[in-house]
Amino acid sequence: MEGQYSEKVMEHFRNPHNVGEIPDADGVGNVGNPVCGDIMRLYIKVDENEVITDAKFKTFGCGAAIATSSMVTDLVKGKTITEALRISNRAVAEALGGLPKIKMHCSVLAEQALRSAINDYLAKHGKPTIKEPRSIHENSGEPNLGD
Amino acid sequence: MRKVYLDNNATTRMREEVLEAMLPYLKDIYGNASSVHQFGRAARAALDNARNQVASFLGAASPEEIIFTSGGTESDNLAIKGVAHAMRSKGDHLITTAIEHSAVLNTCRALEKDGYKVTYLPVDEYGLVSVDSLRKAIGPQTVLISIMYANNEVGTIEPITELAEVAKERGVYFHTDAVQALGKISFDLSSLPVDLLSMSGHKIYGPKGVGVLYIRKGTRIDAIAHGGHHEMNKRAGTENVPAIVGLGRACELAKKELPDEWRKLIALRDRLYQGIMSKIPHVSLFGHPEKRLPNTLNVGFKYLEGESILLNLDMEGIAVSTGSACTSGTLEPSHVLTAMGIDPADAQGAIRFSLGRDNTEEDIDYVLTMLPPIIQRLRDMSPLYEKGN
Repeated sequence: MEGQYSEKVMEHFRNPHNVGEIPDADGVGNVGNPVCGDIMRLYIKVDENEVITDAKFKTFGCGAAIATSSMVTDLVKGKTITEALRISNRAVAEALGGLPKIKMHCSVLAEQALRSAINDYLAKHGKPTIKEPRSIHENSGEPNLGD
Repeated sequence: MRKVYLDNNATTRMREEVLEAMLPYLKDIYGNASSVHQFGRAARAALDNARNQVASFLGAASPEEIIFTSGGTESDNLAIKGVAHAMRSKGDHLITTAIEHSAVLNTCRALEKDGYKVTYLPVDEYGLVSVDSLRKAIGPQTVLISIMYANNEVGTIEPITELAEVAKERGVYFHTDAVQALGKISFDLSSLPVDLLSMSGHKIYGPKGVGVLYIRKGTRIDAIAHGGHHEMNKRAGTENVPAIVGLGRACELAKKELPDEWRKLIALRDRLYQGIMSKIPHVSLFGHPEKRLPNTLNVGFKYLEGESILLNLDMEGIAVSTGSACTSGTLEPSHVLTAMGIDPADAQGAIRFSLGRDNTEEDIDYVLTMLPPIIQRLRDMSPLYEKGN
């Protein structure tokens, strides 16, 4: 199944962009939980014109989770809050040259992390927040070890 | 780049000797083993020889107890559905465990849809099934118990003799999926009271697409695929002669080499484990510390998710498996680790190293060089990991 990762996904997985924390971030988004196997923490720095000047992340998760975190932080930099809110999970997946179907939830997580960070920023600045992100994590079953 | 294959519980590299044995049957000896003419007789002779090799490897009383199938999964299906159907008028209750391979678990679930009742026995923190819990689960309607000999993910070896004795006392058929155990631990059906046993060719350096169901003489079982009178009327379909010849040869070699292999694998596996423990903090062993397959090491790297470790190792030429289900498109941690009561977050970081006969000390040392920086780099990226932990 790993074989289904595009070259772009592997590139971002091998050398993820924007790993780390922003100590004086204007917004921090936290999504996912360890039971489901992925957690993303996304930090944004926003200037007075509502432009996202920097973004960083920390992620616990599979290859796709790391690659989508890397890509979404790339995509938001230089965008205004309004523009950033238009970045959908599909856009993140497409920018990565697509994701295996079973890994699409990672792109949803990236979108959620972004929206959550923006909400944190909006709330801190006394602005109306956006609606809460969708929920994922519905599958269940056994692992496939190839045994 | 160096290539180190540590995924032998998934499949093994077929041995040269096995290939040699198979080649004539892929070329010149192509007859159908059911044909009466000389072409058929040549194939039949090869089939009989392989059946004897397998019977001797398992310690079966007679080669007629050996049924060739397409692999472990078919053997499990035949054992469970075959006995359940044959015994339907006597009862509709089956017992298995929460940590079986999906070939057993999903067969049981399919039977549940057909109206059978299934009890899934729990396991302890090491993955062991208790004899007492089996005893309590058996009722008047119980017709079959299916418990794996050794677990594929963590390598824990179940107390099969004791469990099978309980079944025998109570007059219930006992099946064991021994796919992972065979060729790794010493084993003899003459002292093991199981009625049915599944094995696979490609886990013991044989070919893929071939397996065995051992069926003790007198066991009531229905065929699940219908057709010709092959395999004592228990498994219709022209026999896969080349693969069966390969399986027979693999059994012969395994029987001879097992004692030395066993010692070698334990030494390598423990070198790997001790190396990991001394170089990397926050690691836990999953599975029983002693009652475990000699080649299997399942460890959890806290604060991490397994697939990211697997992919990084793969980039260095090292092949392993994850204990987490993320790779299969499900988000739940492994059902085995969950049944063992492992914290779901910790189970996500499980990696299974399964060694094989080709592995060397150099392989292990290479892994011990590559692994620590990978773990550190991923932990630095993990929101769960705080420096100084």
